[in-house]
Amino acid sequence: MKLGLKTIIAAAVAASFGGAAMADGSLTAVSWGGAYTKSQVEAYHKPFTAKTGINVVSEDYNGGIAEVKAQVEAGNVTWDIIDVELSDAVRGCDEGIFEPIDPAILPPAPDGTPATEDFLPGTLVECGVATIVWSTIFAYDKSKLPEGPTSLADFFDLEKFPGKRGLRKTPKANLEMALIADGVAPGEVYELLGTPEGIDRAFAKLDTIKDEVVWWEAGAQPPQLLADGEVVMTTAYNGRIFNAVAAEGKPFEIVWDGQVWDLDLWAIPKGAPNMDNAIEFLKFSTDTQRLADQAKWIAYGPARKSSAPLVGKYNDGKIDMGPQMPTSPDNLKTAIQNDFEFWADNQDQLNERFNAWLAG
Amino acid sequence: MSGTGSGKSSTFVEFVNVQKSYDGETLVVKNLNLQIQRGEFLTMLGPSGSGKTTTLMMLAGFEMATHGDILLDGQPINHVPPHKRGIGMVFQNYALFPHMTVAENLAFPLEVRGMGQAEREEKVQRVLDMVELGSFGARMPAQLSGGQQQRVAVARALVFDPELVLMDEPLGALDKNLREQMQYEIKHIHENLGVTVVYVTHDQSEALTMSDRIAVFNDGVIQQLAAPAVLYEKPENAFCAAFIGENNKLNGTVTSATKTSVKVKLETGETVTALPVNISGKKGETTTLSLRPERVTVNPRSKSLPNMFEGIVQEVIYLGDHIRTRLDIAGHDDFIVKIPNSAAHPALNPGTKVKVGWSAEDCRALDAVASA
Amino acid sequence: MSDVTADAGPSGPLLAADGTPLKKKLAQTTRQAKIRALLLTAPLVVFLLAGFVFPIGQMLWRSIHNPAFSDVLPNLAVALKTWDGGGVPGEDIFEIAVADLKQSREDRSIGRAATRVNYELPGSRSLFTSTARKVNKIDGPPYKEKLIELDKDWDDPVLWSILKRVSNDYTASFYLSAVDRKYDVNGNIVSEAEVQQIYVKLFMRTFWMSALITFLCFLLAFPVSYLLSVLPLRTSNLLMILVLLPFWTSLLVRTTAWIAMLQSEGVVNDILVTTGLVGDENRAQLIYNQTGTIIAMTHILLPFMILPLYSVMKTIPPSYMRAARSLGANSLTAFRRVYFPQTVPGIAAGTLLVFILSIGFYITPALVGGQDGQMISNLIAFHMQSSLNWSLAAALGGILLASVLILYWLYNKLVGVDNLKFG
Repeated sequence: MKLGLKTIIAAAVAASFGGAAMADGSLTAVSWGGAYTKSQVEAYHKPFTAKTGINVVSEDYNGGIAEVKAQVEAGNVTWDIIDVELSDAVRGCDEGIFEPIDPAILPPAPDGTPATEDFLPGTLVECGVATIVWSTIFAYDKSKLPEGPTSLADFFDLEKFPGKRGLRKTPKANLEMALIADGVAPGEVYELLGTPEGIDRAFAKLDTIKDEVVWWEAGAQPPQLLADGEVVMTTAYNGRIFNAVAAEGKPFEIVWDGQVWDLDLWAIPKGAPNMDNAIEFLKFSTDTQRLADQAKWIAYGPARKSSAPLVGKYNDGKIDMGPQMPTSPDNLKTAIQNDFEFWADNQDQLNERFNAWLAG
Repeated sequence: MSGTGSGKSSTFVEFVNVQKSYDGETLVVKNLNLQIQRGEFLTMLGPSGSGKTTTLMMLAGFEMATHGDILLDGQPINHVPPHKRGIGMVFQNYALFPHMTVAENLAFPLEVRGMGQAEREEKVQRVLDMVELGSFGARMPAQLSGGQQQRVAVARALVFDPELVLMDEPLGALDKNLREQMQYEIKHIHENLGVTVVYVTHDQSEALTMSDRIAVFNDGVIQQLAAPAVLYEKPENAFCAAFIGENNKLNGTVTSATKTSVKVKLETGETVTALPVNISGKKGETTTLSLRPERVTVNPRSKSLPNMFEGIVQEVIYLGDHIRTRLDIAGHDDFIVKIPNSAAHPALNPGTKVKVGWSAEDCRALDAVASA
Repeated sequence: MSDVTADAGPSGPLLAADGTPLKKKLAQTTRQAKIRALLLTAPLVVFLLAGFVFPIGQMLWRSIHNPAFSDVLPNLAVALKTWDGGGVPGEDIFEIAVADLKQSREDRSIGRAATRVNYELPGSRSLFTSTARKVNKIDGPPYKEKLIELDKDWDDPVLWSILKRVSNDYTASFYLSAVDRKYDVNGNIVSEAEVQQIYVKLFMRTFWMSALITFLCFLLAFPVSYLLSVLPLRTSNLLMILVLLPFWTSLLVRTTAWIAMLQSEGVVNDILVTTGLVGDENRAQLIYNQTGTIIAMTHILLPFMILPLYSVMKTIPPSYMRAARSLGANSLTAFRRVYFPQTVPGIAAGTLLVFILSIGFYITPALVGGQDGQMISNLIAFHMQSSLNWSLAAALGGILLASVLILYWLYNKLVGVDNLKFG
């Protein structure tokens, strides 16, 4: 309802000012809000506007392709470029919602390496260009648990660490983490999840903490839950926890064991009203320097190899960002990458089972 | 009429020094003392706000007396809840239960008394027949005319054989013809059953038609309690005289008085001889003279009438059985005279002078009310 | 008094003074009034058609009609319809399949068909998307062999029997899903695996929670409405504003206010802890569960019960109760036999209103329902917004709509719609 109205208003505004806006040069970039959008505004939007004079209008959403699908099907697209998860980028591409992007148009690395080789493997897909690597980790409040948990097994151990747990209200990442906590090697997680026994095992593990779980949906919630003392530990996006620590001085600690990392990509909806501006913005924001710059503002790893050496310190000039990245070698030891194809195949069934499990 | 041993003269309902206040500041009923005889048809008559309905509600048990006792058959009933008083009641808008049929409405008081079904049905049929609605038992109240609903309401108040029936302006919602017809029906039922009826109305003709006695209420006080004829013929104060029937008022001061006669000087200087009723007789006392319009003689032949005046005809209205004439007499231009429509009645036209006269007995000297 | 209507003579139609039949004359004189009435209601009728009937019709249509497969792979769909089924089809159908897959690759539309098949055969989505990416490698016969070489799942008879089923645009699958049933490979209707069953349970929960909320609303509203109806107008108007004030406040604001009240660090728990009724470590879980949903929804829906009750009670004169009492009924009997039956139209309207609103409630359970306080509309929203299975959402909505209609029909039977008083 609310989103629908927003779309209608946006459409009405676009209809009344659209002509002028296009002539001036502007585009609407849609992202996840909060600290993450701020990092994009600082690293991409502001320098882009300074360079081209094209105004970037920033809008928030909560993920998923439902809204953009509705816009495309209604033939009334108001968004120009969208920050999406990998599985949505692939699905939106398969359903013809997103424009294909030729990687040849992307800027090469400063040393001339073409983009296709400079981007990390798997970060360029038919309709999306990755900007960052983010991760689902779990975190706790050090001031309350000085002898904090160190592994996912601890997260599921209610005897050692009594208290509420925060989990995202979706099977994604939760099932993987449950299996790792249950002793499954990270490399075998998806293979096991492909079998009924594996799924049963993951749900059985989740069952052990079900009564103590507080479910969250928006990325801004977990740091809040921790700060309010509603939970003693929670899964979260690593950047959100980092920002709560770095910018707000919260005594939170990230546990990297069994992190499930994923990509965020730019995708351009079919029929975007400012298509040319969007492509210009895409090229600008995915160059080596821009991706490195973003790491000044949030602890997400750049998707280009050439950006890594350029990553320096947090914008306060003190915290060294390297070790804060999901892609830092220390953090990757027991990590797994979200398998978008597994989820594309199984999410309908697993969502249903997850909902049934929740309601039961 | 009643065959009970105690007879008609025994007191059935008694109010002793009853007071009622709703707000703790003013009394709606001021020190009421009233005895109602067994089998009597007593009407409480008065304008709205006079305390008559409050008195009825206290008797029914829906209002508590602030002070004083109410006795029913010698027993104080102040603390007896309404459903244990055994008093039948007819309400202003009938209060027939809209979700029950006529028969169910009538059976209700019998049912809550635990009467068996067969007996119930028989009684209901009998009372339906009594009000001539024998075949209407299965109807819903909304399917009846106003008069029929009225009769069902009366039947319901009587079906459980109460000794006392209260009626709170029961005919107020009916049109004039039906009202008159129902007055007689209720009167007949009362006579046939011998129940005691306390009837509240603000309609004086209704009160006069039906009652054994009428209690005239005003301002929380019974102004006069008397049989209809007495009330009309011999009102004891200016309020009763004015409230019941039509009435010419003449204000003046007492110049001399005996026990049977009083001379009153009007504001315009004329002197009227009247009957002292509600005055002390002191010289200089102000009084209101009350004179019924039909007791005034036009062009009196006899010189024996003590009061003879000349007036100017202001208005003549032909009403069939009588002619209503408005005169200007002694500075009052609202002096009404009713002339019977006999063959010999004088032909009057506005503007003509006419002589009128009346006897001293017909002209009652009452307490003074402010002249209009 | 009770005149019987005179029997009309059978001697033919009555004529007006000018000789035209009376009925025709009457129709002529009232025609203008009819046209005017029609014109006055026309905007509303058009609005209802466009804003209500059409979308609901479309929703119901979508729940049984899903052409995703035949849109994307049209020739394959036609071929499968004539295929006799059983086993894996022959080279001819594979040739068509390869051609359609190639076309879908060009249109970038395979996702829609893959999603459709995936509903029936979980896990098959990537078979289509990955095959579509590679299908251009097949440049000539034998198509069957080459396609199976790309992915051996193409050799699965189960896949083909399901493809034959989805080649039909009309399907009852979504309604089956909505009641935790599905087709097995042979086309028989069977129950979903127990761990996957959710919708029947959720429908049941929605109904019983709505019934409980309705009952609670009734319990709370009845005395309040009674008080409102007997108090002097000035006082009752003031109280009525207190009833309506939350009514005028945004639903979202009221729900969030309940979060502040009921959460474990919230007002209610603080009071319980301060008064020593509950220990600080045992704070009551009043929100993010069924309790929270029921408390918040009862509060939010209370005015919908109070208003019809009040409007009915207002019309019941006090003389009915007095009459009953004077006729010998004690106050309880008088209430039970005389007052209460007369409030039934208000109760009927109030409960119908609250119940129907409850079963479609969405925002409040979403915000305070936690895991066991969710209702069916939350799942509908989930399928609309997250899983994008609009057909299933439509089927769930269709069942909800049907149950409301059945409920209304039952009410009509029991209470009579003419007796409903909404205020």
